[in-house]
Amino acid sequence: MLRPLHPVAPGTRTVLGIAFFVLFVAFWAWITLGGHVNRIFLADPLSMLKDGWRLLVEDRFWLDILITIWRVFGGFVLASIVAVPIGIAMGAWKPVEAFLEPFVSFARYLPASAFIPLLILWAGIGELEKLLVIFVGSVFQIILIVAVKVGATRRDLVEAAYTLGATDNGIVKRVIMPANAPEIAETLRLVLGWAWTYVIVAELIGSSSGIGYMIINSQSRLATGQIIFGIIVIGLIGLLSDFAFKALNRWLYPWSLA
Amino acid sequence: MSKLQIEGVSRTFAGVGGGQPVQALQPVDLAVAANDFITILGPSGCGKSTLLRIVAGLEAPSTGRVLLDGKAVTRPGPDRGMVFQSYTLFPWLTVAENIGFGLREQGRPERERNEIVASYVDLVGLRGFENHWPKQLSGGMQQRTAIARALANDPAILLLDEPFGALDNQTRGLMQELLLGIWERRKKTVLFVTHDIEEAIFMASRVIVMSARPGRIKSDVPVDLPHPRHYTLKTSPEFSALKAQLTEDIRIEAVRTAQTQTA
Repeated sequence: MLRPLHPVAPGTRTVLGIAFFVLFVAFWAWITLGGHVNRIFLADPLSMLKDGWRLLVEDRFWLDILITIWRVFGGFVLASIVAVPIGIAMGAWKPVEAFLEPFVSFARYLPASAFIPLLILWAGIGELEKLLVIFVGSVFQIILIVAVKVGATRRDLVEAAYTLGATDNGIVKRVIMPANAPEIAETLRLVLGWAWTYVIVAELIGSSSGIGYMIINSQSRLATGQIIFGIIVIGLIGLLSDFAFKALNRWLYPWSLA
Repeated sequence: MSKLQIEGVSRTFAGVGGGQPVQALQPVDLAVAANDFITILGPSGCGKSTLLRIVAGLEAPSTGRVLLDGKAVTRPGPDRGMVFQSYTLFPWLTVAENIGFGLREQGRPERERNEIVASYVDLVGLRGFENHWPKQLSGGMQQRTAIARALANDPAILLLDEPFGALDNQTRGLMQELLLGIWERRKKTVLFVTHDIEEAIFMASRVIVMSARPGRIKSDVPVDLPHPRHYTLKTSPEFSALKAQLTEDIRIEAVRTAQTQTA
């Protein structure tokens, strides 16, 4: 019986989670292998695996994977280094927030992909341009979310610290920053997921390497098996980095999680 | 000269959305002698917490001033330790690190800090829990840590804002005895805000009763019960007589509060 909000047993949860993947692949196999769609438009699971294997072994696709990972993390780390301090400053000092918040809110809605033509003019089609796309896409998001989290720091903790003799500087360094560190790490984990979508867009245009390049290249050859393989690789790497990030947060901030 | 001098302190809050300003506290005068244990008793919303926060320097008075050892209070500082009703331990610090927080902010050397922290861990009976996170502690243990944290700075006065208000009755009784025991041994000037009549009498050498909003001091009742006090004191005839008197005082104010709220 389905009862609202009633928890599910851990074993059942795993089985249900896997079951959907199985159903999904089964449906995919049925419409492709069963001849319900034209194979030119959608490869079946088996040829997808075959194409993927050939990509990895013959076309050195793993180099593309590595270069895409480097671009995501490079751009993301750059954006974090710039955005986290600005976000903390905005959250902690209200005049800084009043000064920057309207612009950052505006800039957040500028689509990173629309910057690609400009960034190519400015930075060429090399690595710098790819990093800048990720940077532009992530930096304003991180600033805003961090500023909101820091602005919502528990006031009673700040007051307690003042009554214990903390200076304004001490409040920022030893109350506001540690109090929000787990939330900031969670924010970074979230934005890293978005960075993966920006990198592919950056690689679709003016690129000669990377997963996105392979995908756009496969399109002209109608190699749908390769395209799907590329998409699945992105999903798997995203999932892995998310797990790693979660584990890191749990290890860094044992006090915040039950 | 008194330790703490409250002179004509009042507090008026600006009206919300262009409404009338609200007076939370009428001008209050109060002198507290050194090593006195004062409880401030009043119905909720009478401004007793506001008064305490003004003494702490967390809020500015609209009129008047607060003098501690003859010096005017302008902002919060380590000479006025405070324990809040909500659990305000820093969740990212262990029990020992929480207790040492103030000492660290003042740049005291680590070895000295460790010694002081260890003595306060013992004082509040938390040995063996030094390296626990606050989330691993019960409410009573968290408030014991908070008391140790405030005392570790050796403040001139200890301010407590309904510190046991969120605890269950049994734990609250034990905490009262613990705090009173510390005070009997160590002597400290204490200002303790509560709405619990029994707690106010049991802890105090002097009970200040506040009226309904806008708050003012309604009566000032000395409690001449002997020390050290034991929980059995709460059932003695002298205690009951005081309780009856204060219950009457407070009831009038509570009724008044209820009427202004329904009006």
